[in-house]
Formats: sequence, structure tokens, C-alpha cells
Amino acid sequence: MIIPERLKAEVKNLNFYYNQIQAIKNINLPIAENRITALIGPSGCGKTTYLRCFNRMHDLYPNNRYEGEIILYPDRLNIISPKVDPIEVRMRISMVFQKPNPFPKTIYENVAYGLRVRGENRRSFLDEKVEKALRQAALWDEVKDRLFDHAFNLSGGQQQRLCIARALATDPEILLFDEPTSALDPTATSKIEELIMQLKKDVTIIIVTHNMQQAARVSDYTAFMYLGEIIEFDKTEKIFTRPSKKLTEDYITGRFG
Amino acid sequence: MGFERNPFEEIRKRIAQNKLRDHLFWILGFFSTLIGFVVLFTLIIDLFIDGFPRLSWSFFISYPSRFPEKAGILSAWVGTTLVMVVTAVTAIPLGIAAGIYLEEYGKKNWLTHLIEINMNNLAGVPSIIYGLLALGLFVYFFKFGESILTGGLTLGLLILPMVVTSTRESIKSIPNSIREASYALGATKWQTVKDHILPYSMGGILTGVIIGLSRAIGETAPIITVGALTFIAFLPSPPLSPTFPFISFQWLFDPFTVMPIQMFNWVSRPQKEFHLNAAAAGIILLVMTLVMNGLAIYLRYRFRKRIKW
Repeated sequence: MIIPERLKAEVKNLNFYYNQIQAIKNINLPIAENRITALIGPSGCGKTTYLRCFNRMHDLYPNNRYEGEIILYPDRLNIISPKVDPIEVRMRISMVFQKPNPFPKTIYENVAYGLRVRGENRRSFLDEKVEKALRQAALWDEVKDRLFDHAFNLSGGQQQRLCIARALATDPEILLFDEPTSALDPTATSKIEELIMQLKKDVTIIIVTHNMQQAARVSDYTAFMYLGEIIEFDKTEKIFTRPSKKLTEDYITGRFG
Repeated sequence: MGFERNPFEEIRKRIAQNKLRDHLFWILGFFSTLIGFVVLFTLIIDLFIDGFPRLSWSFFISYPSRFPEKAGILSAWVGTTLVMVVTAVTAIPLGIAAGIYLEEYGKKNWLTHLIEINMNNLAGVPSIIYGLLALGLFVYFFKFGESILTGGLTLGLLILPMVVTSTRESIKSIPNSIREASYALGATKWQTVKDHILPYSMGGILTGVIIGLSRAIGETAPIITVGALTFIAFLPSPPLSPTFPFISFQWLFDPFTVMPIQMFNWVSRPQKEFHLNAAAAGIILLVMTLVMNGLAIYLRYRFRKRIKW
């Protein structure tokens, strides 16, 4: 499907295999710049596997294989090509995981780590970036007086926002969210959702969720995945009000999944 | 009340029975603990009663002698200290590096499995076997002689499996989500190891180091096998010198003895006075072990203070 937007990335004929098992089947999908694209679908449908192609997480484990292309604009880099260094891809595309996973370090060091990896050690520069990222992640006011406290002393929701700040500190082009609120309570969830909606002015967002209301609330585009395939992709309001496929309708009305 | 029989009678009887068993186990557990504690305590007290009167400054700074009241442990404690330095300096970095390689870098295939099985078995090989291996390898093949270097390397070899195994176990306990968080920020393998894996597993690694060094400091058999002397009335050459280049490694190649050998030597003599010397040396050996472990336990506490998964 062609969307009237500027694209940040484009997935073309993507297949992915764990050993010989095909987990992603011939996916084609545009990712609009500064928009939120949500992936919904029942557990085990390949949403997370698909998301993890975008920052080459699968390269960390043996016997995984990509086929096809994920083109990153504006430089038209095929980020899943074996010729492209996964580290370069991960430096351009950040990720927030399902369970908050801060490092057992201070709040400050958690946010600064991505910059330190890039060889940045100038104190004033780090201070500035850490503050900016924490503000973007709506965490600054809660932690500004205890930046050197241990990150594990934060609540679950705060930890997840810390992880978002950590991912933002390096100014990524795309931010990936892998079910970022599934381990959080409703209050923390709504805070994170609000945050995600605010972030799209700075960064392109892809979010995996199995909470359909969440997808409906936050996203501009929604892709419904089932058994490793994209069944339907459209504007979010269209998917949730007038889906064109029976399977999509069955899923969003709770008939299965 | 009109009831023939309290309906709760049954359940109360059952609770009483359960509580009786509870008490029985309490008594069993208490006495088991007590036996271990009393035996150990008696040994230490006995050691102190025999050895404490012999402890004096001259006991520390005297060489062995055929007169028990003149004999001291200078060459033995210096020897033990230097051997432990060599052991620690070789076994700890090698063991940690090997552990990290096997966990983080090595591909999981039959070869790493084989190495893993070997490693676990090596930890159980009797120390005398290490002595024989070291005799062939370090003394005859590398021609290091019957030296501190040979002794230290032998004990290093002995504790290497413990350091490797504890390093691996400790690394395994780090949740994968932490690794992924680091890689997702664009870190290389080495950055991930240096900034996360190593610092977070240091507590567990130090436990292995403690166990290893405590075992090494008391080892006698492999040290005798590689030819440590039992009577030695001089010190190894000093590591620092007043003339250029100010630092010397000649001590590595000097002959030596260690505390357990000195103790064994004294215990095997007929005179009662020498037995008292052995007890006094035993106290010192215990103190040396405690100091070493204390340091490691302190470091472990520092590393672990803020990390809980």
C-alpha cells in the first residue's frame, strides 16, 4: 500500500528465519517519518521478531538469517544487508524493551552510556545531553535532584522512562518500542503512552503491542500481523473502524487472539 | 455446652503432632550445627593454647634452626607471600579471561562443551597430580628450576579451574536483557564486557578467587613435588634494588619454602618444642588466610552492594 507521507524506512520482501523455521513471511511495509507505526497481532505472530530486524538484534544469536531489504532513508541504506555493520544500525536506531532493563548503575550513567559508547566523555556535553534526554522522557523533574542515585531505586514506570531517555540520548532516527508497557501498571502505562505521542515530533516510532486500545490510542498507522505475515496495514482509524479483512476484524473485535 | 466432644479436638491433635516434628528438627539442626562449630572451635583453641606463647617478634624474623626456641618462620612466610603473589597474578587474570571467553565469545559447540566438562573435572583432580605435571612442565621443560615461579605457577594451575568456573557461573547469572540493552545502544562486545559483564559479575568471581586462594595457601603436596626446600636459612633476592633498574625479578627464580611445609617439617620432629612452633606457625597461616579472604570479601561487598537482579 502507498501512503501519502515522507518515508523514513521501507521494508521490502522481508523474510526471516530462525534456523530453518521461517518466522517472518514476505513483509512489505512503509514506515512514515515522524509518525507512529503500531504492530498488533496475537502472541507468537512475529511482531517482536519483526521489530528486532530493525536494529539487527538477531545478529547476536547464531543461525538467524534475513532475506529482503529494509531501506533506511534518506541514504537508502539496506540495514539488514550483511555488508552493513549491525553496530552502525544500532547507533542510528534505538530500542526500548518489554521489561525495563536499566543498567545497575546511576541514573546519570544509564542515560550517558550510549554517548560513552561513542567515545564521548566531555562532562559538560554529557550533562547537557543527559538533561535533554531526561526532559524528553518526562523524567527530569522526578530525578533531577538524584541523578547519581542507583537506577534500581526507581519505580517500574520510572525505570522504563529512564530506558526511553537512554535510547533518546543518542538522537536516534527511529525508536523501536517492544511492548513497552506490558510490565507496568495503568498509571505508568498512560504516562508512557502520552510520552510516545509527544516523541513523534522528534523521532520516527515503531511500536509493538498486544494491547489493541494502546495501538488505537497512540499510533498513526497500524499493521496487523498473523503467523508471520502482515494481514492488513492502514491508517489506524481505518483499521479499527473499517478493517478490510475478515481476519483483522475478528482480531480487533476480540474473536480470537 | 452440650457437645459430647469438641469438634476442633482432631485438628488440635494434628497441630500438636506437627509442632512436635518441628521441634525435633530444630533440635537435630541445632546439634548438627553445634558439632561442626565445637570441633572447629576446639581445634583453633588447641592451636592457640599450644602456639600462642611461642608467638613473638623474633619468631617472625628468625630463620629455621635446630634449636626450637631460636627457630622462626621468616623464610616460610616470605615464601608463602611471594608464591601467593605469583599464583594470584597468573591465575586470576587468566581464569577470568578464559571464563569470559567461554561465556561471551566462544561459540557453543562440542569443543566448548568438551572444555567445560574438562574444566569441571580439573577442579577435582588431586593436587599431587598437579605437582607431577608442574614438575615435568615448569621444572624440566621450561627450566624454571625449583623456584618461587614454579611454585606459584603450580598453585595457579591448581586454582585456575575454580576461577574459570566461578567466573562463568557468575556471568551466567547476568540477565540477557542487560546484554541486549548494551548492544542496542551500539556497544561492541568488548565494550559490553568491560562496562557491564565484568563489573556486574565481579562479586561472584571474587568468591571463586577466595576459595581458590584459600586452597592454594594451604597446599603442601604439589609444592613438595616441585622441589620446595624444607629447611632454608636465607631469603629470596629483594624485588627492589638501590641501583638501576631498581626493580628485580631475580626472586622469581630463587628457592623457597612455604608455611605448610615448615609446619610439616616441625611436626615430624620428635621434640615437643618443635610441635609448639608448628602450632604457632599454624596460627599465622590462619591469620594470613583470614586477611586474604577479608580483603576479597570486602571487595565483593563493594561490588555487590548495588547489584541485585
